[in-house]
Amino acid sequence: MEQVVAVDVKPVDKKKVKKLWKIALILGIVTLIEFIMAFTLPRGYLLYAGFIGLTIVKAFYIVSEFMHLKHEAKALIWSILLPTIFVIWLIIALLAEGGSILNALY
Amino acid sequence: MEVTASIEKESKTNVWGGGTSPFKASYGKIMMWFFLLSDAFTFSGLLITYGFLRYSYPAFSGPVSAFKPSVDYWPIPEKIFDAVPFLHGVHLPLLFVGIMTFILILSSVTMVLAVEAGQRMDRKDVTKWMLWTIVGGLAFLGCQAWEWSHFITGTEEGMALSNGVIIHGANLQVNEYGPPLFASLFFFITGFHGTHVASGVFLNVIIFYNVVVGTYDKRGHYEMVEKVGLYWHFVDLVWVFVFTFFYLI
Repeated sequence: MEQVVAVDVKPVDKKKVKKLWKIALILGIVTLIEFIMAFTLPRGYLLYAGFIGLTIVKAFYIVSEFMHLKHEAKALIWSILLPTIFVIWLIIALLAEGGSILNALY
Repeated sequence: MEVTASIEKESKTNVWGGGTSPFKASYGKIMMWFFLLSDAFTFSGLLITYGFLRYSYPAFSGPVSAFKPSVDYWPIPEKIFDAVPFLHGVHLPLLFVGIMTFILILSSVTMVLAVEAGQRMDRKDVTKWMLWTIVGGLAFLGCQAWEWSHFITGTEEGMALSNGVIIHGANLQVNEYGPPLFASLFFFITGFHGTHVASGVFLNVIIFYNVVVGTYDKRGHYEMVEKVGLYWHFVDLVWVFVFTFFYLI
């Protein structure tokens, strides 16, 4: 037996949709900049720092707007962001460890 | 009367004292967020392992144009990932991975548009955008399958080992692109991400089915689309990091 449900469909929020496409455009342009950097700048720590900076820019837009975290309650935002401190610690610890192994072996 | 009055007063003064919703989000959404946080730790572990092993290998010291794969140093990724389907033998560094990145970003946009349509209770629009998201996910998986098979098959020249044996492509034992660990990490990191994309497509198909048969109209809200959307954006987020740390640096 098919049950018909009356649904109140609201019209498209044009401003919101436009903003979403704008963020997509930003993500695309940042990726293009990364491409151009990869083939024009000399390889080295300066270039790597640029890549990491642009990656964080992209991550910020995806998490804050696409995943809507920027508009959640403050307590939720910090509960998600603060634990990532452990990741930063692991990066520093293991990269230092890798450098020591390189020095010991070669 | 007095009892209810005092409870209301207490809940207003203390956010964490009970009776309120401190995160102002549903249980399902909060749990999805914490699952994604734990998943982020898993991917961090894999990517940091890549950084650790890369740091413990010597880098190629000469100019980029003179690079030749060898087991003695870590490869330069743009010299390894330079193939595009139907353009055999043409050196197009990172172009195919770039296309894959754009596909995933676009499918993220269609997903967020599905969420927006869900908030308006617009079943027709949710159906349309969910379908595009599924198409994007399948396109990405297809690209990755090609990328893997190309990586495993290898080049015609291959690499000559010190004992004179010439090896082609890469697997878990040999790797013509550099140290064997490089291939292992490629399979592990892009494979783990690809598994996430595959399960994301699977979840999207389930939600798509529910949208089409009108489950969420009966329920009165489209929150399931938002939850699966969070997962799908996370998959895109991970790819952004894999792209930078595996392919660019």
